[in-house]
Amino acid sequence: MICENKSLLHAYLDGELDLVRSIEFESHLQSCPGCAGELRNQQSMRQSLRAANLYEPAPASLRDRVRAALPAEIQQKPALIRRSSPVEWLAIAACIIIAIFFGAKVLPNFDGQKHADLLAQEIVSSHIRSLQPGHLFDVQSTDQHTVKPWFDGKLDFAPPVVNLADQGFPLIGGRLDYLENRDVAALVYQRQKHLINVFVWPGDSKPAKLLETQTIQGYNMVFWWHGDMYFCAASDLNLAELHQFAKLLQQ
Amino acid sequence: MPEESRGSGDARRFDQVAMPHLDAAHNLARWLVRNAHDAEDVVQEAYLRAFKYFGGYQGGDARAWILKIVRNTSYSFLEKHRPADLSVEFDETLHTTDVAQPQAEAALFQSADSRMLRQALEELPVNFREALILRELEGMSYKEIADVMEVPIGTVMSGLARGRAQLRERLREARGGKEQRDLRK
Repeated sequence: MICENKSLLHAYLDGELDLVRSIEFESHLQSCPGCAGELRNQQSMRQSLRAANLYEPAPASLRDRVRAALPAEIQQKPALIRRSSPVEWLAIAACIIIAIFFGAKVLPNFDGQKHADLLAQEIVSSHIRSLQPGHLFDVQSTDQHTVKPWFDGKLDFAPPVVNLADQGFPLIGGRLDYLENRDVAALVYQRQKHLINVFVWPGDSKPAKLLETQTIQGYNMVFWWHGDMYFCAASDLNLAELHQFAKLLQQ
Repeated sequence: MPEESRGSGDARRFDQVAMPHLDAAHNLARWLVRNAHDAEDVVQEAYLRAFKYFGGYQGGDARAWILKIVRNTSYSFLEKHRPADLSVEFDETLHTTDVAQPQAEAALFQSADSRMLRQALEELPVNFREALILRELEGMSYKEIADVMEVPIGTVMSGLARGRAQLRERLREARGGKEQRDLRK
């Protein structure tokens, strides 16, 4: 006895029928012992399959192995991370040496061009480090009401967090970072395939130059000061769009 | 935009998109090539391929995207090393027994232990096995399975129906063999 509705049985079992056809099939089950029995058998088989621990998750060693194999691919392209490492460390070392040597108090001060350059270099280093696997987020969310409270108790200021998804710059997360000898907030936005880090930290004086831009190693930066805080957006995004993004954030 | 930054940005993004699906990738490969060592090789190869083609990934269902690559890599592996494994395609004329009297078979499935189920699944033709793994173990919808296998949804549905019928047939045979062995004891 092969019921003509039998072809629907698997779609019903798998939850693939729409509501109307589902109800139709259920009323058919009332009057067709063949299909009703077959459905029970299929449900019973499914239960056995699910109870039998047949899933084969990846061994931990495979995860390491796959990750280890990937950088070899990356190396075929010019690898910025590797090439720039000495530069990053030199920049950090230079920061420390200069700070010690001159007894300089390293605080946000956009008047000093040298200091601004060092800060820019430090930001590029942070930006690059964030792009390395596993370094981008402490909190991963597209919801500003999740990202903003995450910083509570971790910083001595509350960074403004807005999602600009409607304008084409979705917020995707945030993390703690370290710049200018202090903890800063880093907010992560995306523009198509480009990632944008927005570094935010409090500052008590308005910098001399607003919307200053810098480009180091192909990375663009836009700096601004707004509501007692310093901001720097860093990205490989082109400067025009990064400016547009910075303007949106200031609104 | 400098080429260098594309490389490092992509690597980071690839890690976030692809690595969460490593379990699914391994599960599928393991069931397709039916060997632990080969499955790991296939997954590694598939992830390298995925990284290479990552520029073409347009967003969307990352699991289906990865599994499609794992599937193709698994089939390439089988073609090269075990072509006999691929000899059965979706063939509507395949012999399957329709249950003439669908009396309750709950006992059949309840008595089937994990080892018997595993063996019966492994013996299924590769495409039925694949559809069942994606549906029953990976919990994918027909549409997602159709995406991964690159076949129409109707083919997924008929493949699942036939795969289930064959699985039951094999379990019945396995139980018959077990009973005969038990009788001889």
